[in-house]
Amino acid sequence: MLALGPRVSESRKRLFRLLHNGAGRIGVVLTSGLLAVALLAGWIAPADPFVSVGPPLRSPTLAHPMGTDDLGRDVLSGVVYGTRTSLLLAVVVSLLTGAIGIIVGSLAAWQGRRTDDALMRVTEFVQAVPRFFLAVIVIALFGPGLDRLILLLGLTSWPWIARVVRAEVLSLKQREFVEAARSLGAGHLRILFRQVLPNALPPVVVVVSLSAASVILIEAGLSFLGLGDPDVVSLGYLANNAQRFLRVAWWMAAFPGAAIALAVLGLNLLGDGLNDVLSPRGGH
Amino acid sequence: MPSHYLLRRLAQVLPTMAGLLVLNFCIIHLAPGDPVIALGGEHGDAAYYAFLRARFGLDRPLPEQLLTYVANVLRGDLGTSFVHGRSVASVIAERLPATLLLVSTALVLSSVAGVGLGTLAARYRRRPADIALNTAALLGYATPSFWLGQIALIALAVGSGLFPVQGMTDARNPQTGLAHLMDVLHHLALPAIVLAVNELALTTRLVRTGLLEAFGADYVRAARAKGLSESHVIRHALRNVMLPIITVIGSRAGMFLSGAVLVEVVFAWPGLGRLLLSSLLSRDYPVLLGMFLIISIGVILANLITDLAYARLDPRIRYQ
Repeated sequence: MLALGPRVSESRKRLFRLLHNGAGRIGVVLTSGLLAVALLAGWIAPADPFVSVGPPLRSPTLAHPMGTDDLGRDVLSGVVYGTRTSLLLAVVVSLLTGAIGIIVGSLAAWQGRRTDDALMRVTEFVQAVPRFFLAVIVIALFGPGLDRLILLLGLTSWPWIARVVRAEVLSLKQREFVEAARSLGAGHLRILFRQVLPNALPPVVVVVSLSAASVILIEAGLSFLGLGDPDVVSLGYLANNAQRFLRVAWWMAAFPGAAIALAVLGLNLLGDGLNDVLSPRGGH
Repeated sequence: MPSHYLLRRLAQVLPTMAGLLVLNFCIIHLAPGDPVIALGGEHGDAAYYAFLRARFGLDRPLPEQLLTYVANVLRGDLGTSFVHGRSVASVIAERLPATLLLVSTALVLSSVAGVGLGTLAARYRRRPADIALNTAALLGYATPSFWLGQIALIALAVGSGLFPVQGMTDARNPQTGLAHLMDVLHHLALPAIVLAVNELALTTRLVRTGLLEAFGADYVRAARAKGLSESHVIRHALRNVMLPIITVIGSRAGMFLSGAVLVEVVFAWPGLGRLLLSSLLSRDYPVLLGMFLIISIGVILANLITDLAYARLDPRIRYQ
C-alpha cells in the first residue's frame, strides 16, 4: 500500500505532461472525442444507419449534414455507427493482443534460452504472415463476422508487442530493484507481476496504441472489399458503397474515409505523445 | 557479406515457408463444408469434384494429403481455377506484371521523395517548411490509401478530366509504341502517387528523425568542424541514417501490398487487386488461396532481401 501513493501521483504527472505535449494533446482530444462518439452513438446519430430517411443521393443539407446515400440513408448516422464499430474492434483486439504479447514476451524473457528461442521463432513466423491477406482468405472461406475478425486480428497482431515486452523484461531483469526483491525471497511470479511488468508497461502502451491504428486500417480495407460483417455498419463498408457513386455523390466517399483517417491519426499521435512522455529520453 | 550470415538467414526462411504451407492446408481443411469446395471453388460440377478428390487424395489420411498438397505446390501447381478454366499459377502470373509496375513505381517515388523531403525538413528544423512537412507527413501516414484514391479520382479525374478514371490503357483508343507507353504512364500516375503517400509520409518522418539524431553525433560534428559544406555533411549523415530505414521499408511489404490491392480496386488497375475482388465475388477459392501463398512468399522474400541488403551495406553486421 505504501508504494501506491507515489505511483498514483507519478501517473497523474505523466497525464499532465501528455496534455502539454503537442502531439499528445491532439491525440488525446481526437481519441477521446471519437470514443465519446462511439459510446454515445445512439444519442448522436440522427437516424438508424440501415433505414432510409430521405431522398437518395442528396448532397449535404441541414437535415442531413453529410448527405444521404443511394438508398436515402443518412450518411452521418452511418459514420457515427461505423466509428463505433471501428473503435470497438480496435479496443477488443488491443486487449487480446496486449494479453498475448505480454504473456509471450515475458515468458520468452523470463524462462531461459530454450523457451526464448522457441517463442521467438513463433513470433517471427506470425510476423511474417501478411495479416490482411490471411483475413481475406479466412473471411472468404468461413464467412464474414466481427467475432472471427477480432479473433483473427488478435491472434496475428501481437508479435510487435511481444518483442517490446521481451526487450523490456530482459533489461529490467538485471536491475537492482529486481535483485533486491529476489534477495528478500520473493517468488518468480511475484517479482514478474509486481516488480517487472508494471515497469515494462509504458513502452507497451505506446505500441498498443500504434497497433490499434493499424487494426482500424485493416478492418476498413477488408470492409472496403466487401468482407465486413453485414450486420453492423462500418466505415469501410460505407467507402465501398461510395465507390459506385464517385461521379455523383462525393459526400458518400469523403466523410467515412475522413473518419477513418481521424481515428488513425488520433491513435498515432497518442502513441507519439505517450512515447515522448513515458520514455526516459522523452521531454525534449 | 559473410557467407554464414546468408546461410543462417536462409535457414530461417525455410521453416517459415513450410509453416505457411501448413497454415494454408489447415485453412482448407478447417473451412466449413467439404475441403473440395476450397480446392475447386463453388462452380464445379460433381465430376470435377470427384476428379479433385482423387487428385488431392481427399480419401487418404490427413498427413498423406498434406504431403500431396506440399508436393503439388513445390511443382508450381497451385490448383486450377474453374472460373477461368486454367491453372491458378497462370491466372496469377498474367496479373502480376501490372501490380509489380504499380508497386515498384510507388516504392521508387516514396523512397526518393521521402529522402528529399525528410532532408529538407531536417535542414529547416522548427521552421515553417519543417512544420508543414511534418504535419503533412502525419496526415499522409494516417490516410487510408483507398480513401485517398477516391478523393483523388473525384478531384482530379472525374470532374476535371486531368487524369483517366479507370484502367491501365484507354480501351476506346488503343495505341502502339511510344503513344502506348505515354498512355500507360498517364493511367499509372494517379494510382502510383496515391499508393506512395503512406510510405512517403513514413520515409519522410524517419529520414527527418534520423538526420536530426545524426546531427548531434560526433562524426557529423567532426565533418562540420573540418569545414565541409552542409550538403556534404548531409550526404555523409544520410548514408548512416538510411540503413535502419531500409529495414523499416522492407518490413512493411505486407502492408504495402494490401494498400496496392485496395488502390487497384479504386482505379480498376488490372493487377492482383482486381483479381482478388473478382475471385471474391465469384468465390474462386483456388485463386484466392494461390494469391495468399504467392503474396506471403513475396513478403518473406522482401524481408530476406532487405536483411541481406542491410548486412551487405553495414560492415558491423557479423552473425555468428
